[in-house]
Amino acid sequence: MKGNFIDNLPKVYGIYTGGFLGFIILMAIGEQMGMTSKAIGICFVAFTVAIYAIIGYLSRTAQADAYYVAGRQVPTVFNGMATAADWMSGASFVAMAGGIYFKGYGYMALLVGWTGGYVLVASLLAPYLRKFGCYTVPDFIGTRYGGNLTRFLAVVVLTVASFTYVTAQINATGTIASVALDIPFQYAVYVGLVSILLCSMLGGMRGVTWTQVAQYIVLIIAYLLPVFWISNKIGAGFFPHFMLADEVARIGELEQQFGFIKNSAADLANVPKGLAGITKAHSAVNASPWAFISLALAMMMGTASLPHVMMRYFTTPSVKAARKSVGWSLFFIFLLYSSAPMLATLSKLSLMDPNLSTGIIGKSIADVQAIDWYQNWNAANLMFVSDFNGNGTLELNEFFMGGKAVVLATPEIAGLPYVISGLVAAGGMAAAMSTADGLILAIANAISHDVYYKIIDPKAETAKRLVVARVLLVVIGFAGATIAAMEIQGILGSVIWAFDFAMSGLFFPLVLGVWWKRANKEGAIAGMALGLASGMGYLIWVRNGGSGFLGITQLTFGIFGSAVSLVAMVVVSLMTQEPDKATQKMVDDVRVPSGKSILGKQH
Amino acid sequence: MSNQQKHWEKTRGLLIMTLAIWFVFSIGIFLFGAEMNEVTGPFGYPWTYWFTCQGSLGIFVILIFWFANRQEKIDEEFGFSEREDD
Repeated sequence: MKGNFIDNLPKVYGIYTGGFLGFIILMAIGEQMGMTSKAIGICFVAFTVAIYAIIGYLSRTAQADAYYVAGRQVPTVFNGMATAADWMSGASFVAMAGGIYFKGYGYMALLVGWTGGYVLVASLLAPYLRKFGCYTVPDFIGTRYGGNLTRFLAVVVLTVASFTYVTAQINATGTIASVALDIPFQYAVYVGLVSILLCSMLGGMRGVTWTQVAQYIVLIIAYLLPVFWISNKIGAGFFPHFMLADEVARIGELEQQFGFIKNSAADLANVPKGLAGITKAHSAVNASPWAFISLALAMMMGTASLPHVMMRYFTTPSVKAARKSVGWSLFFIFLLYSSAPMLATLSKLSLMDPNLSTGIIGKSIADVQAIDWYQNWNAANLMFVSDFNGNGTLELNEFFMGGKAVVLATPEIAGLPYVISGLVAAGGMAAAMSTADGLILAIANAISHDVYYKIIDPKAETAKRLVVARVLLVVIGFAGATIAAMEIQGILGSVIWAFDFAMSGLFFPLVLGVWWKRANKEGAIAGMALGLASGMGYLIWVRNGGSGFLGITQLTFGIFGSAVSLVAMVVVSLMTQEPDKATQKMVDDVRVPSGKSILGKQH
Repeated sequence: MSNQQKHWEKTRGLLIMTLAIWFVFSIGIFLFGAEMNEVTGPFGYPWTYWFTCQGSLGIFVILIFWFANRQEKIDEEFGFSEREDD
C-alpha cells in the first residue's frame, strides 16, 4: 500500500470489515457442516481478540505524544467510531435492551441521557480542552487553576469514577468469556483482563484508538444483524426502526390480555437472584416526569465529566475536527441506541405472542421446560419458570429472565442459527473490552502523567515515564479484575454510579474553567472536594436506609453532588482573589481556535 | 470592544441557543410525557415513546453538526479559524 497509515485508513478498515464478514460466513458454513456451538463460540471470541492483540502490537510506540494522545492525528470519522466503542460499554451492549425490556419508559431515560450528554460535550468542553493541548483531564484542571492540589484532586475524582466503571466492564468481559469459552467466571475475568491489556500496553492511546475502531465495527454488526434478522423473520418489517409500531401496540394488547399479576413474596423467594419478570407496560409512561428527567440529567452531566470520553477528543488534529468528531461519535452511538428498544420489542414479542411459534406464554410449563434454549439458559442461571398458581400453563408472571439474557439469548429464542449467538458474544466482548481499555488508560495516564511526572518527578525521561505508565496500567487492571471477581454490584448499577461520581466532582470545575474567568484555584478545590464528598455521602446515606430528598435516589446522587460543587465553587471563588493576569490571558487563548495550544506538543 | 470580545459574545450566543434546543428535547418535552404519549406520532409510535427511542437521539446528532458548522462560521468571521497546516 502506498502512502502512510492515516491516509489508508478507509482501505485498511474496509478490508478488515470484509474479512470479518467473511469469517462470519465461514462460521455459518461450519455450523451447517456440524461444528458444535461451543466451538463456534470459542472461534468468535478467540479470533476477534487475536485481531485486537495484533493491532495493539502493531501500534506500539515509545513517544509520549503517541502514547498519550495518539499523536493527535486521528481523523474525525475514525475518532467518532473509536469514541463510540469507548463509550458503549458492556452496559450499553449487554444490559441496556434488558433494562428497557423490564422497566420500559423509566429506563429509556438512559437512552436520552447517554446521547444528550454529547451536546454538552460538543458545546461546553471538547473543543476548548483540545485547544488547551492537555494529555489528560487533570492536566487541564492543574494548569488552568494552578497548583498541585487541584491536579491531585482531579486525579482522585477521575480515579473514583473510572475505577467504579472499569470493574463493571471487566465483570462483563468475564461473563462473556466464561459463557463463550466455558470456563469458571473467576478465571474468565483474568482472561478478559489479559485481552484488554494486549490492546493498550504497548501502544497506549494509539493502540487503544485503532483497536477501538476495530471493536466498533464488530460490535455494531453484532448488534444490528440480529435485530434486522429477527424483524424480518417474524414478519415485523424489513427496517424495524420505522416499522414496529404495530408490534409495540400488539405487546400492549397482550399485556392487557395476560394481565400483570403481582407475585407473592413467598413465590418470589424461589426465583434465582438477579432474574426478573415483566411487571411494567412496554410503551406506557410509567415514571413521574422528575424521575425520568433527573436520571436523564444525571447521565448527561456525567457524560460531559467522564475523562475517558473527553480524552478521545484530545487526539483529533484540530479544534474544528474535535467538534465535528463529537457529532460523528454520537451518530455511531445513535445507530446502536436507537436499535436497543427495537430489540427489546422484538424479544418481548417473540416470547409473548401465542401466534408466533416462539411464544411461550400460555404454553404448558412442561413443554417450556423441555425447550433446548430454555434448558441452556436455565443452567446458566439466566432463565427460570415456575408454576406458582398450579394450573400447568405458563403465565406472564411465572417467567423470569436475567437482564443480560435479552441480548445474549434472543437470537436463540427467535430461532436464529447459533452463529449469530457467537457473533453477539464477540460483540459484547468488543464493547466491554473497548470501554475497559479507555478507562484503565485514563486512570493510568492520569496517575503517570499528573501524579508521577508533574508532581513527583518533573525531570523524568520519556522512556521512564512510559515504563511507569505501563506498570500502572497492569496494576490498575489487576486491581479492577480482583474486585470484579468478587461480583459486588451489577453491571448497570456500577456504570450509573460512575457517572454520578464524575459529575459530582468534575462537571463544574471543568465547565467553569472555560466559561467563567473569575473561577480560581480555591474555588476549584472546594468544588471538587465538596462535590465528590457530598455525592458520596449522599450515596452512603441512601444505601444505609436514608430517605433521601427531592426524589434524588442512589442512581441520581450526582445531582446533589454537583449542586453542592457549583455552590461551593462560586462562593469560594468570589470570596478569594481573582485569578492573576496570566491565567486570564490563558482562558482568553483557550476560547479561540487559532494560535498555539496552551501546553506544548511535548510536555 | 475588541475582536476577541465580539467573537466570544457570538460564541456565547450560539451556546445559549444550542443549550435551549438541547433543553427542550432532553428535559422540556418529558414534563408532558404522559399526555404526549396519548397521541400517535411518527411511524405510528406513541409520541413520547418515539422521542425516547429515536426522536430526541436523532435531534441531538443533528444539533451537534449544526452547532459545529455555526461555530466554524463564527470563527471564520473573526479570523480565528485554524490554519490548515496547524
